[in-house]
Amino acid sequence: MSFFRRFVQNRGALVGLVILALVVLLALLAPLLYPESPWRMVQRPFLAPGELPGFPLGTDTMGRDVAAELAHGAWVSLLVGFVSTLVALAIGVPLGALAGYFGGRTDDVLMRITEFFQTIPNFALAIVLVAIMEPSIGSIVLAIAVVSWPPVARLVRGEFLSLKHREYVEAARLVGQGHRDLILKQILPNTLSPVIVLASLMVATAILLESSLSFLGLGDPDTMSWGYMIGAARTVMRQAWWLSVIPGVAILLTVLALNLVGEGLDDALNPQLARQR
Amino acid sequence: MRTTTFLRGGLAVLCLSSGLMTAASADTAPQPGGTIDVAIQPEPPGLMLGLIQNAPTQRVAGNIYESLLRYDTDLEPMPQLAESWEISDDGRVYTFHLHHGVKWHDGEPFTAADVVFSADVFLRETNPRTRAILEHVASIEAPDDDTVVFTLEQPFAPFIQAFEVGTMPMVPKHIYAGTDFRTNPANNHPIGTGPFEFTRWDRGSVIELDKNPDYYEPGKPYLDRILWHVIPDAASRAAAYENGTLEVLPPGSVENFDIPRLSGLDNSCITEKGNEYFNPFAMLWLNDREGPTADPRFRQAVMYAMDRDFAKDVLWNGLGKVASGPFSTNLAAHDESIEGYPHDPDKARALLAEMGYDGTPVRLLPLPYGETWTRWSEAVRQNLESVGIKVETESTDVAGWNQKLAQWDYDIAFTYLFQYGDPALGISRTYISSNIAKGSPWNNVEGYRNPEVDKLFAEAAVENDPAKRQAMYDRIQAILYADVPVAWLMELGFPTLYRCNVHDLITTGIGLSDGFKNAWIER
Repeated sequence: MSFFRRFVQNRGALVGLVILALVVLLALLAPLLYPESPWRMVQRPFLAPGELPGFPLGTDTMGRDVAAELAHGAWVSLLVGFVSTLVALAIGVPLGALAGYFGGRTDDVLMRITEFFQTIPNFALAIVLVAIMEPSIGSIVLAIAVVSWPPVARLVRGEFLSLKHREYVEAARLVGQGHRDLILKQILPNTLSPVIVLASLMVATAILLESSLSFLGLGDPDTMSWGYMIGAARTVMRQAWWLSVIPGVAILLTVLALNLVGEGLDDALNPQLARQR
Repeated sequence: MRTTTFLRGGLAVLCLSSGLMTAASADTAPQPGGTIDVAIQPEPPGLMLGLIQNAPTQRVAGNIYESLLRYDTDLEPMPQLAESWEISDDGRVYTFHLHHGVKWHDGEPFTAADVVFSADVFLRETNPRTRAILEHVASIEAPDDDTVVFTLEQPFAPFIQAFEVGTMPMVPKHIYAGTDFRTNPANNHPIGTGPFEFTRWDRGSVIELDKNPDYYEPGKPYLDRILWHVIPDAASRAAAYENGTLEVLPPGSVENFDIPRLSGLDNSCITEKGNEYFNPFAMLWLNDREGPTADPRFRQAVMYAMDRDFAKDVLWNGLGKVASGPFSTNLAAHDESIEGYPHDPDKARALLAEMGYDGTPVRLLPLPYGETWTRWSEAVRQNLESVGIKVETESTDVAGWNQKLAQWDYDIAFTYLFQYGDPALGISRTYISSNIAKGSPWNNVEGYRNPEVDKLFAEAAVENDPAKRQAMYDRIQAILYADVPVAWLMELGFPTLYRCNVHDLITTGIGLSDGFKNAWIER
């Protein structure tokens, strides 16, 4: 059975993929749908959704178009989610691979470093890092990556430990392949499926982290994001509940979609596991 | 503008309620008795007004301590501890005749010796702003128990405005003379001459002041008790006002966006009065030394680019007033002929084109004082970007904001300052070149240097002829208006919310900080 066939057998995964595709489409089309800055004050404040044609989601506390904010915010959320996950993978995968492959002292040193980061609560560390570096998209991506890589390193190390003594690896070693080839060509490709599953969930976590930071006022002040929208609307919850609910639902759907896709990927990449269920 | 329709409701309530209030207080005689519950935010660090000048300290201690004078909403002096006063023709000798039979809360008589001690000894040591004013004073003497004479080095017209309770509180000589003022045990149980006496302070909960039964003004105060409630969360304070626990919300107690809702409640009144003496004035520091902001045309473009009416209507719920120029319109020295920069993006673009602005980004530093200020910086950034100025916002905390301004590490920064009642007290400090020094976010932070302005401010401060002085201030305003050393935003409206059956709550230009002497509750 092909990978795709297995993936779509999971209904949830398909739904997740559709939602995710819609969000990506929204993010990509944002500059076309709303070419002007989402910060522009275009109508009177506190328009309820649908109150005026042209403003399907209403306006916020300062008369900015919520639909435009949502579209531009989608771009930022996805960007931060994917880029920070890539950075986290770029840190975690090599560290885990080296630790698992070489073992011994190398493993000890690398794992102590990993544990150092694991013992500090994720969110607290992210807040500190962003506060020190001054909030900007770059510092937020970096902070999220720094707090997200340890599980990747752990996972990759575990896979390496179990794979490095397999027969095909021993065979490759016997024919004279060096460490580099063994790591990159023999073992690493076989660790990728769990890493891909983990990465899809990390994107979801990163989006949540970015939203939480923005909610606390630690977002990039020049960039519209969903977390910022909720943070700014929180204080007017009693006057305009929809200003918090709309971006909240957007975050919920996106994170849910990513989780569903991750589960689908897990099923598709580990067919034995999936069949047991 | 469309935003005005949204606000019309709120303003109507405001006009209606103030109309009702005047009608009621004109018709009915004050009813004595009752307890009033007031929010205090944040909890004051102490109540000894001679030592501590924080706003919440004065708000409470303005009931305990008094000064020689008070000021009405036009900043005209009114008698308090001084029954009457004379200023010599040459403007150098101020003679105050004290009220008879005034007693400290511990029963000791209040005399001219206390005034000399307070001004010449105590406040010179403890209050830097008062000390700066007293630099003009050559001697303070008490020829008899009921008379005090201040002799100035040279005429200093704003001196008559210095006898406000926060600036020049009278402290008891018999308690403080010869002691270490800062460690005196009486600081924990402040003794003044005011209409209310300190009773108890449950830290984190409530401060209780009770009526001074021996107060020297017959019949006053009307209230038996004031309870100041410490409630740390803005939403909880709003709820406490809604459910009737609190009767008065002083300025800054609740978020601006909550004000229309709270003022729309039954029996809820709102007033902007009581800020005339302090004159909180919001502006943008523009770094006049370097970058695009060093070019006056750029600074003018900033003024034209900003939609300050929008900020007033939307962010401040229509309260306050858009600034016309460097002087608050509440000041007598304000030049009425100044129209103020209109919102004119085309003119801003033309000025930028004329100066050849090359798109160099400018950094914008918001004031980290809460939601309203954050939203305001977003609005200003959008205004500037829509005329083609590239803006990068730097977000920071209060300490970082102080640090960046004190080290001149900014391009554009939000702030607000008190202008007080006279340019020599609150405005010249922002523009005179002798006030340029790293290390303070409150001096001439923008680095404006203009020898003519320096000279005019120095001469106007000591000019005794009102017409000549006004001519100098008019000239200063014209120069500053054209140079735009800083961008003037708004005269801030700091509204007080209160239950409409509380009458005569704010009767002076110092507002709630002047005590509840005249306040009474209608039942």
